[in-house]
Amino acid sequence: MRYIPYDEVVKAVKNLIAYSASNLPPDAIDALKKAIEKEKSPVSREVLKQILENADIASSETRPLCQDTGLAVFFVKVGEDVKIEGGTLKGAINQGTEEAYRENYLRASTCEPFSRANLKDKIGYNLPAIIHFDLVEGDKIEIEYAAKGGGSENVSRATVLPPASGKEGIIQFVKEVVSNGGGNPCPPLTVGVGIGGTFEKSAISSKHALFRDIGSKNPDPELAELEAILLEELNKLGIGAMGMGGTQTVLAVHIEANPCHIASLPVSVNIQCHSSRHSHITI
Amino acid sequence: MGNSYHLTTPLSNDEVEKLKAGDIVYFTGVLYTARDAAHKRLVELLEKGEELPFPLEGAVIYFVGPTPPKPGEPIGSAGPTTSYRMDSYSPTLIKHGLKGMIGKGKRNQAVKDACVQHKAIYFGATGGAGALLGKRVKSSEIIAYPELGPEAIRKLEVENFPVTVINDTYGNDLYQQGRELYEIK
Repeated sequence: MRYIPYDEVVKAVKNLIAYSASNLPPDAIDALKKAIEKEKSPVSREVLKQILENADIASSETRPLCQDTGLAVFFVKVGEDVKIEGGTLKGAINQGTEEAYRENYLRASTCEPFSRANLKDKIGYNLPAIIHFDLVEGDKIEIEYAAKGGGSENVSRATVLPPASGKEGIIQFVKEVVSNGGGNPCPPLTVGVGIGGTFEKSAISSKHALFRDIGSKNPDPELAELEAILLEELNKLGIGAMGMGGTQTVLAVHIEANPCHIASLPVSVNIQCHSSRHSHITI
Repeated sequence: MGNSYHLTTPLSNDEVEKLKAGDIVYFTGVLYTARDAAHKRLVELLEKGEELPFPLEGAVIYFVGPTPPKPGEPIGSAGPTTSYRMDSYSPTLIKHGLKGMIGKGKRNQAVKDACVQHKAIYFGATGGAGALLGKRVKSSEIIAYPELGPEAIRKLEVENFPVTVINDTYGNDLYQQGRELYEIK
């Protein structure tokens, strides 16, 4: 059994969040630079230039990339041979989240669903974090983090298709979701698609798909092909950067597929705005 | 792409009428911030015939909920928020002299009609460019409803604040027309 001090996890989480808030990862910057070269609309190119200039300013002056610094979303793989010393893993992740958001002047965006009252004094600053745990072999902890803004979550959708719909049905559903979103989710987008599993498994997979480096190739050739088809289809919609019309609506489509019930074909689409703030660490 | 203009607020009808969907405008002067809760209060004051906390004639309202400022800075990151939440209030404000709104995302037909009828413009700012836009804000002062926190009404002094005309006074809509231009069916 390996023991990791509670404070080490808190510190690691704080660093992930603070760095991500003002540093767009290299995969996102590369994807945006490629989009400027390909974009045919001058208005959209202007928006893309502003987005890249914003990334420069945020990084060099340590300012948040966007005022929506998101809910803190984590995927955590916990080795079965590791134990936290001095507290719980969940506690450490939440404490790291609260301290990072408060100390770095990020926005506290969690609220009660009905009264809409901010929870920063009741539960904690931008708490609770959204954490998905998975148990794996080994004695390490892998923490993946993303800041998930409201605008792009608002247009995300889940459905369960009849199995006969097949790939055609999936393509149709993803197109509908992106088309209906228009400029609201702040394109150019990364589109996470979760296929198969159960209703909730497909939704969680669609979220996790967004944590992959933008534009990295899917190791499964069939999924890689479907990603390429979807990317081409979605960029025919003409939405463009911030919805102002253009050819670069989507930077990448990422699919995660799971075995599913013989009677069902669950499909979820989780949308990520152009400010794709994601990072990971293994402890 | 359309034309590019440098404008100083407050805006006149002449200035507003020369703008077309797709034009880029750099604002210098005052922008007032307001989100849903503040809009609700402004409209209630107008309905009661009471005075507003700032002059509406020619004013430009920015839909924003910034991050907290670092010590010594006027404002944190300050990009636009999604505008449809203000759709039910905007026409009343436009009728009483509001000339510009800055946000992101589609507006409803009532807002677009009010822009044509009473000469006002809906501008889009780049969502997610909060660091860049926050830097163009030179000073920030809460002038009403401090109890609303990030939703309080602030008076912002801005310099070269970049926006794009989405809905103009002629009924054009960049979101619709821009998309039609590049859509492949």
